Amino acid sequence: MYRTMLTARLCDEAQFRLNRQGKAPFVVPVSGHEGCQIGSTWPFEKGKDVFLPYYRDMGICLVAGMTARDVFLGVFGKRDDPSSGGRQMPAHWGSRRLGIVTGSSPIATQIPHAAGIAYAMKLKNEAAVVGCWFGDGATSEGDWHEGLNFSGIHKLPIVWYCENNKYAISVPLSKQMAVKDVAMRAEAYGFEGVVVDGNDVLGCYDASKRAVDKARSGGGPTLIEMKTYRFHPHTSDDDDRTYRTREEVDEAKRNDPIILFGNYLKEQGLTDDEEIEKLRGEVKGQVDAEVDAAWSAPDPEPETALEYVFGRSGQGTGFKLLEGALQTTGGEATPAEPPGEGAKS
Amino acid sequence: MTEKNVIQTIHDTLWDSMKADDRVLIMGEDVGARGGVFRATAGFLDEFGEQRVIDTPLAESSIVGCAIGMAMHGLLPVAEIQFADFIHPAFDQLVSEAARIRYRSAGDWDCPIVVRAPYGGGVHGALYHSQSIEAFYGHVPGLKVVVPSTPYDVKGILIASINDPDPVLFLEHKKTYRLIKGEVPDEAYEVPIGKADVKREGEDLTVIAYGLMLHQALEAANRLEEEEGFGAEVVDVRTIAPLDKETIFDSVRRTGKAMVIYEDNRTFGAGAEISASIAEELMFDLDAPVVRIGGPDIPAMPYSTPLEHFYLPDTEAIYERLRELAKF
Repeated sequence: MYRTMLTARLCDEAQFRLNRQGKAPFVVPVSGHEGCQIGSTWPFEKGKDVFLPYYRDMGICLVAGMTARDVFLGVFGKRDDPSSGGRQMPAHWGSRRLGIVTGSSPIATQIPHAAGIAYAMKLKNEAAVVGCWFGDGATSEGDWHEGLNFSGIHKLPIVWYCENNKYAISVPLSKQMAVKDVAMRAEAYGFEGVVVDGNDVLGCYDASKRAVDKARSGGGPTLIEMKTYRFHPHTSDDDDRTYRTREEVDEAKRNDPIILFGNYLKEQGLTDDEEIEKLRGEVKGQVDAEVDAAWSAPDPEPETALEYVFGRSGQGTGFKLLEGALQTTGGEATPAEPPGEGAKS
Repeated sequence: MTEKNVIQTIHDTLWDSMKADDRVLIMGEDVGARGGVFRATAGFLDEFGEQRVIDTPLAESSIVGCAIGMAMHGLLPVAEIQFADFIHPAFDQLVSEAARIRYRSAGDWDCPIVVRAPYGGGVHGALYHSQSIEAFYGHVPGLKVVVPSTPYDVKGILIASINDPDPVLFLEHKKTYRLIKGEVPDEAYEVPIGKADVKREGEDLTVIAYGLMLHQALEAANRLEEEEGFGAEVVDVRTIAPLDKETIFDSVRRTGKAMVIYEDNRTFGAGAEISASIAEELMFDLDAPVVRIGGPDIPAMPYSTPLEHFYLPDTEAIYERLRELAKF
């Protein structure tokens, strides 16, 4: 867990370096969010559950199975970028193989998708859970309300995670909402809302584990608000000095989730400074090697920009013309009970 | 073969599809207990249960958005937007999401949803129950936009849409629901998406239309033959996107004259693209300028009968323009 947090942090430092060197036109920082992302994702079952991250969620994708190589293939827009083959901006994650649903830039559009996927899981009697992550800014969107409401109505197997870092780019919470906690809104949708310290990785793990278990056993959704802070600007194109004081940022860095978790591990006698430094050196060496490998990976061929506008009939969908078997459209085939009366396979 | 009107055909085709494939489900406002405001899903709730016939909250963006999620997890949702006029909150889900999911994931994910929407005027629907929306979506690569206008095509294109691997916006002209009847085969069949159809053969000029205007064009073409002896070929566009230019071009090459009729606002409507394509590609085959008939550029169709009639291209006006073009 600590290693994954460190990997996210060091990937972040590397991508910012590459941005300043002119090798990466645009990057989305994760630093500060590692605790809430990695803690909350840890309880999910890979290969079964489905993840809908937003663009700051490198940590979630690392837990879900992406590698540092994958991150930098995306940063450089390479052909083998697993998220989009270099079509999307970096940090627009996706991988069907890993259960990471392709995302976009408009905020909160993934919320109804998450509810729809959870509905399909329930209909097909899969013991699977959807995890959906978003920032505080997303909670103002209509899609956010509509998706959470739908999940409450149908008591869907889903956990909603708000990574509340106090700003929607520059707009502070006081101008986004008149309530103290995003989690309070869960009551309006008929399910539980929980507030946790987003810099406490184990606290996030604990709250998430309970919510994931509840969702898996038919207990319905939970909204978990993880209060945290983003150490860098919104993206490499943002200048946060226009809306946050340096004092505020420095103060927040005292609660760096990686330092806090390191201190806890040391207090518990599970590690020491020397071991942590050794690990940092090891992970940094790996990240640097992956940066080099990704940098020299092949670019996409220009004319491939025309591909994948439409599917070819029978390609990639597993479709059959009205034959009546309930199948998934790809990946694992999941048999299900015929849902509802009159639906006979 | 059974004679049916358009809405009965939609009902029966959805019913058969639900029976044939457990992955198909219906969702939308009032589709369950009410059976749809146009009765397209009457009886579905009792037959298929509330898990597969979902009465959704009044929230169009998530009707489409949740359908996208279901489709990405192996279901084949057919979402109903009660009136096409109310689809605008779902624009982002259709354009930014559904249309781009395959493209943005380089083919890794797909989004086989069908979104049905009754559109069009002539029913005293006024500003918010009469709109034509096909041009907004026809502009978006990754979306398929179909406008079948006869019971036979409705069934075949609806089945093709449910089986299509991509998102399909299925537009139904609400005035044709009970007005237009036709023979429909009882067995399942597909009419291909992306293929226009010659609904009436003729040698002297070509009329290109869809929806209610197709039927008015056919009526005007019959009268032109009877009264003036000119043969108008009528091409039913059937699919707005991807547009079947070849079938249109083949006809216009033979006749040398083209008229495009659509009920949407004239400027930037789907007929503008069709007209431009003909002008661009067939200049040396044309014996007359392309004629374009569309609704006036006012925000929408008004309610009052004389105002509504003023908006809609009527058969008489179409006939006059046809006669002029034939004699050009």
